[in-house]
Amino acid sequence: MTITAAGNKKEVADGLTVAQLIIDEKVETPEYVTVTINDEFVESGTFESTVLKDGDVVEFLYFMGGGQ
Amino acid sequence: MIKLSKSDFEKILAHAESELPNEACGLIGGVIEDGVKIIKKVYLLTNIDHSNEHFSLDPKEQLAAVKDMRAQGISPLGNWHSHPESPSRPSEEDKRLAYDSKASYMILSLMNRDEPVLNSFKINGSDAEKEELVIE
Repeated sequence: MTITAAGNKKEVADGLTVAQLIIDEKVETPEYVTVTINDEFVESGTFESTVLKDGDVVEFLYFMGGGQ
Repeated sequence: MIKLSKSDFEKILAHAESELPNEACGLIGGVIEDGVKIIKKVYLLTNIDHSNEHFSLDPKEQLAAVKDMRAQGISPLGNWHSHPESPSRPSEEDKRLAYDSKASYMILSLMNRDEPVLNSFKINGSDAEKEELVIE
C-alpha cells in the first residue's frame, strides 16, 4: 500500500503500525513526537495498535517549546 | 548557513513586538540547497503559554503550518521564538525542549528594543551551536 509520511510518498507493507513507521522513519526522540493521520491527532499510547491504511497521510510533529 | 529574507525578518520582529510582554513563536519553512537552509516562509503561531518566560506552539496551528509547507513544496526547517528580556541564545529550558537535532532554532532577543538581535542555533542535547545567519 502507499502512504505519505512527512511529505514523502512511499510503499509500505500492509498492517504497518504507527509505532513501526516511527522506527522505519528513524524519528528522533519519538516520545516527544505527536503523530497525525489525515489531520487527526493520534492519541499517544496507541501507536502500537494504530494500523495505517492505504492512502494515509502521516505527519510527525515535535513538541516545540522553551523558555528564556 | 541559514538565509532569511529581510521582509520575513521584519515579519517576525513585528509579531514579536506585538506580543510583548509575552514570548512570541512560530515556524520556519523552506528548502535546503547545497547544505544551505533557505527560509521561504515564516509562520506566526500562538504561544499557548501566553507567558513572558515560556512558550509552546499550538499543535493544531503547527499541523496547519506543516500542511501549508507541504502544499507549497517546502519543508519544515525549525522554529523561532522571542526572548523579551534576555539575550539571543538558547536557555537551559530551550535546550531541554529541543528534540529535533536537525532543526534550526531561531531566537530573537528584544532585550534592547532599539537593537533586536536574531540568531539561529542547532541544538543537540545540551550542546547549542550557532549557525551562520544571513538576512538579506
